[in-house]
Amino acid sequence: MTEPKALSVNPLKASQAIGASLAILGLARAMPLEHSARGCTSFDKLFFMRHFHEPIALQTTAMEALTAVLGADDNVVQALATICTKNEPAVIGLITTGLSEMQGADIPRTIAAFRTDYPEFAAVPVVPVAAGDVRGNLESGFALALEAAIATLLPPAPHLLPQPGQVNVLTSAMLTPGDIDAIKQWVEAFGLTPIVLPDIGDSLDGHLTDDGFSPLSYGGTKLDAITAMRRSQATLAVGPSVFRAAELLKINTGVPDYLFADLMSLEGCDAFTEALIAISGRPAPPRIVRERDRLLDAMVDCQFQVGGARIAVAADADLTAMLSDFFTAMGAEVVGKVISAPPRAGLRALDVVVGDLEDFETLARERDAEVLVTNSHGADIARRLGAAHLRAGFPIYDSYGAHLKTWTGYGGARQTLFELANLVAAQYQEIRPYRSIYWQGTPRDRETPPC
Amino acid sequence: MLGYPRNQSRKAPPTRHDLAVLTNEPACAHNRKTKSGCARPTPGATQGGCCYDGARNALLPIADVAHLVHGPIGCTGTSWDNRGTRSNGATTYRLGLTTDLTEMDVILGRGERKLFDAIGEAVSKFHPAAVFVYSTCIPAMQGSDFEAICKAAEAAFGTPVIPVDAAGFYGNKNLGNRIAGDAIYKYVIGTREPDPPPPGTAPAGGRTHDTNLIGEWNVGGEFWNVAPLFDELGLRILCTFSGDARFREVQTMHRAEANMVVCSKAMLHVARKLKEDYGTPFFEGSFYGMADTSAAFRGLARLLGDADLARRTESMIAREEARVRAAIAPYRARLTGTRALIFSGGYKSWSLVSAMQDLGVNVVATGIEKSTEEDKARIHDLMGPKARLIANNDQLALIAAYRDYQADILVAGDRYIYPAWKSRIPLLDVDHVRRIGYAGYDGMIELAKNLERAVHSPVWRQVNAPSWCSPGRKRSGL
Repeated sequence: MTEPKALSVNPLKASQAIGASLAILGLARAMPLEHSARGCTSFDKLFFMRHFHEPIALQTTAMEALTAVLGADDNVVQALATICTKNEPAVIGLITTGLSEMQGADIPRTIAAFRTDYPEFAAVPVVPVAAGDVRGNLESGFALALEAAIATLLPPAPHLLPQPGQVNVLTSAMLTPGDIDAIKQWVEAFGLTPIVLPDIGDSLDGHLTDDGFSPLSYGGTKLDAITAMRRSQATLAVGPSVFRAAELLKINTGVPDYLFADLMSLEGCDAFTEALIAISGRPAPPRIVRERDRLLDAMVDCQFQVGGARIAVAADADLTAMLSDFFTAMGAEVVGKVISAPPRAGLRALDVVVGDLEDFETLARERDAEVLVTNSHGADIARRLGAAHLRAGFPIYDSYGAHLKTWTGYGGARQTLFELANLVAAQYQEIRPYRSIYWQGTPRDRETPPC
Repeated sequence: MLGYPRNQSRKAPPTRHDLAVLTNEPACAHNRKTKSGCARPTPGATQGGCCYDGARNALLPIADVAHLVHGPIGCTGTSWDNRGTRSNGATTYRLGLTTDLTEMDVILGRGERKLFDAIGEAVSKFHPAAVFVYSTCIPAMQGSDFEAICKAAEAAFGTPVIPVDAAGFYGNKNLGNRIAGDAIYKYVIGTREPDPPPPGTAPAGGRTHDTNLIGEWNVGGEFWNVAPLFDELGLRILCTFSGDARFREVQTMHRAEANMVVCSKAMLHVARKLKEDYGTPFFEGSFYGMADTSAAFRGLARLLGDADLARRTESMIAREEARVRAAIAPYRARLTGTRALIFSGGYKSWSLVSAMQDLGVNVVATGIEKSTEEDKARIHDLMGPKARLIANNDQLALIAAYRDYQADILVAGDRYIYPAWKSRIPLLDVDHVRRIGYAGYDGMIELAKNLERAVHSPVWRQVNAPSWCSPGRKRSGL
């Protein structure tokens, strides 16, 4: 742990509000509405546009000097009504930020006022998320929005008989659209039907539609699917940041849960497969067995190259833990871990630094890391240190497709392992050529040495 | 069109007699028993490369030479640029060059003409110090007189053109090595005198000696671990044959005062001929492992008979060995008691044993493919009279031996990597295509590090652990 410092240099952290907006973008026909000055939304929209290469549905209550002082509740009511009128969304996420929380915005009262003033929009649920950016990070904001969605859309009710074969999947912000796709296929391979919440795998996977541009999300979990989650056989929660959401879902609906911190290491993948075997009562299909066998082969083929490779990881807590554990299990040495904010369950690991990319750079330099695993801001650091750079987390703005990459599952882990092995191989420093003193004045003294 | 020899008489490939001479190397310890010489292959159960493969491998590291393969694409297409040997500067050797003989070339007899033109193009495009032409099965079957073409091309293009007659069907890789050495001896060695040593390079109070290393390939640049020590002791290497060598250095090999044959039976005859024709003494040694590296330097000092050199050599050895012992101590602590099965024939069969013992590793058995009676005697010296020797070079036999001897790791060449890994067995690759150098004192440290890593990778535990898909386990239910 480093001394707390006053100056954060090259932040690793993105706000809770942006994380909450991302989770809302995983709902179908959704509009996240940030209750803030317009700048927050403008920055957040640009951040996701560059990351996902997609138009991003995002609106603001556009607080200004007068409303900031005298109260902005009217802005909220007006914004909700405007969005309902103009965009006809299926759901709106109302996300408070540092400004509105500091001001002391009374969200329940404001939503009640909206309902009274605009009964014609009674069918449009509003999910209020308290996501002030003075706390947490993108990952925690994402999880808060998920909890808010469960609290709003799946309130406590008498437990129903489960629909055989239907399972809920709660996803953490660490999962990419590619990961979510892989998880769906994994679950479906056992004859189970997954309902993913929130499903950015459906909305932000980058697909052209016949309808062209839409001001709302391009897919995601539908409201009726969310309602149906009450009748699932089980809930699979992926990523420690969403374990609290799983708990809430279990309390409200009675659906039992299975918790997974990691879907990359062999152990993590096997735990998931075993859960699917238990839930479905079926043996794993041959395709899953083959995928596992392929991962084993890749682990063996890469163990020497990856063995002892010095890796530093900087991201939010879920992703940092999953990647670090995976690299360690493959024989690499994770020499530095930096997370942007303490995990919601509390900081237990002693070898983790809560810090910024300056801390990351210092750590990576001191510990002589060969591969830096972090977002696109790490590119300059990698250049300065002469290290390789594996892009992970948010934002990735300088690589096509990296934001969609599948990291998890037997197949995703295998691909990641190959990528890591290639990076390490390219970093390998061969023995430096030696020039003999006896070559002075001979033609080979004039040869250009290899670089 | 320059001087293409239209009416040259055709010469047959080497007669059985020529090949018989090459397969009977008097300095080779394989020939000291009644049943001797090179074993014949068993059709259907043979591994390893052909004569052409061996010839090209032996000479390819000469870096400023254009290595041109006269044959159809099968000889070059799959095998060019596949050696881990490194150069200090010149890169001509990395080019894949072939006449790519086609059906029409063969039918119409255009191969010779094509070769002549190909040599010309190689010279004008790449300005090599020399062109080495490797003849293959097809021109040999055709009875093409490629040596005459080489001679004419040399005259026409003003660059040495060296014929290496090494058709694949002549024999195995070892024979190819010898054919290569023979061609070099016949056409290159002795064609130039060495430069005088640069002023100011003699060691303080001592004199400079000229040496050759024969059969050192500079794999992964590993000889650069050792080369600075030669400079330090005042040992000028006239030529490393052939790792990181230059054509003009090969030309001067006849002037060395002492030769060391490194880790290879294949080039022994070059050393023997240099002894016969020029009186140069030679010995066989290795740079793998600390003990052998020290022994190699002592061997040179002994052959050179220079008391001052011997004294300086001992102080260098004391310094380097102390350094290595300190550096490998942490690895040694983690490796002590590890059971290794070494499977690398010939010289390495015992050379690696001593390196492993330096690391506290218990060598439970070693392969003796291509090992001589002398090699076996040294194995027994190192491992005791009960040393287990494995003669069978088959992969399945090796894996069975690994299980029988309850080894923790295999140390072997590239043919065994994937069979071992498929069997979920740790293996350290010591083959010639690797990028990692294990020679010399620094190589010993690298070997320690990599061996420790290979044995203790957490991957082995995971891939061998029971799971939901282990055989015999119910795959449904937890």
